[in-house]
Amino acid sequence: MLEIKNLVAGYGSIIALHELSLTVPAGRIVTLIGSNGAGKSTTLKALSGLIKPMAGTIFYQGQPIGGMPPHLLVRQGLAHVPEGRMIFRSLTVLENLLMGAYQVRDASAIRKELEFVYATFPRLKERASQMAGTLSGGEQQMLAMGRALMSRPKLLMLDEPSLGLAPMLVQSIFQKIVEINQERQLAILLVEQNANRALEIAHHGYVLETGRVILDGDSSSLRSNPQVRAAYLGGV
Amino acid sequence: MIEFLQQLTNGLALGSILALVALGYTMVYGILRFINFAHGDLFMLGAFAGYYVAPWVARALPLPSLSGALVVLAVSMLVCAIIGLLIERFAYRPLRNQPRLTMLITAIGVSLFLENGGQWLLGAAPKRFPLLLPAWGQWKIAGLTMNSNQCVVILVTTLMLLALRFIVLNTRMGRAMRAVACNPDAAALMGVDTNRVIAFTFALGSALAAAAGVLFAINYPSIDPLMGILPGLKAFVAAVLGGIGNLPGAALGGLIIGITETMVAGYISSTYKDAIAFAVLIIILLVRPSGLLGKRENDKV
Repeated sequence: MLEIKNLVAGYGSIIALHELSLTVPAGRIVTLIGSNGAGKSTTLKALSGLIKPMAGTIFYQGQPIGGMPPHLLVRQGLAHVPEGRMIFRSLTVLENLLMGAYQVRDASAIRKELEFVYATFPRLKERASQMAGTLSGGEQQMLAMGRALMSRPKLLMLDEPSLGLAPMLVQSIFQKIVEINQERQLAILLVEQNANRALEIAHHGYVLETGRVILDGDSSSLRSNPQVRAAYLGGV
Repeated sequence: MIEFLQQLTNGLALGSILALVALGYTMVYGILRFINFAHGDLFMLGAFAGYYVAPWVARALPLPSLSGALVVLAVSMLVCAIIGLLIERFAYRPLRNQPRLTMLITAIGVSLFLENGGQWLLGAAPKRFPLLLPAWGQWKIAGLTMNSNQCVVILVTTLMLLALRFIVLNTRMGRAMRAVACNPDAAALMGVDTNRVIAFTFALGSALAAAAGVLFAINYPSIDPLMGILPGLKAFVAAVLGGIGNLPGAALGGLIIGITETMVAGYISSTYKDAIAFAVLIIILLVRPSGLLGKRENDKV
């Protein structure tokens, strides 16, 4: 579904990704793990069009999409839940969700998506008329994910969904990710520092270090890989 | 008491005109965090658009008349919306990713360009603005004298404020404007073409400034290419006073500046009216640095 080849990207003169290649098959959960500054978020930003790739190719559903602006990529079915969630704090929860469906013109389709999101995250329904800035961290993460789902994506990219959340919440957010993946046959590209959890739910994983893929494989083999265990899984 | 109410009415008329201009400053600031110093000149261009459009309208509609005046108003707004779009597209958009100071200096350049270009093209000598509204005369309501022009100004601005409120709060474009103001990157990730939203904001602000220019010229019918400087400055002050980036704040700020100015002119001294209006700004900002309705901006962590 998504195929990246030799992607080079960065900020100004700083290069953060050196010839990165990876694939996300349809309906699968793929995770990118690695420490701070490994280039995980940069990869997602290049995919969603927030930064322009300097070299390399990105194919999505057989079409080259490298360098396209974000608003056109959303229409193609790519949704990016950015790091730090970036919810619209001064809009209500409902307005945030409607923003997610900005490029959907059909009112009945929007209503259907809204019902699906409310069913997945009942808390959002309770808070529908509240300003998004007043939500707790976990609720904001749900809102960011719900908002992305409103665009009816085919590929959902999640950047650090567990960041700053209590372990209980992390558990439930990860559960939701699996649910969404199974119910909607949605491909998911998950960026996480919490490698343990990410590998638990992912089918396939890539290990990034300073902008390069140093290892990849199905998640069970990565979990038993001594190198990965030592560096990212707490060494046990 | 009657005199006080009289001054209040006069202040309301002036203040609502300033409010229309202030809204343009505050909308653009809300979205780009940038003060469009050329905004006051759109006010001037609005008045000139009205000046040149009026004879054309007079061929089809009776002028002075309310319907004729409204058509002149609408066409002037359209003309200035287009000018606003052009300014955004060719002067500001290429600098969007440059340091904000670059855009600010450019805005001052655009302002000087419009003022001096206006003097060259339109003539520096003041022109007499045509009569758009029939003099229905003055009404005495409980001892209060209101002339028909003032009533039209207050009525039209109120309708525009309500229309703007509706656009911003209840339309898809309005929601996109608020989303871009909140976080442009996130808005783009939702499928919003941020360039279009920014262009729309400029068009809307310029149209409101043009409306203010025409309404102002109806009441003070001498127009010249430098007429936008002082009202532009005062409207900017009004926007800051109300809390820049905040729409109700800009409207409130406009009314406060307008009313203060007329009160000072009526009761103290018309020579010092501008000075005192600015003194009010300084005092309010000392007490509330983020403006009357502005939220304190927390540093993002």
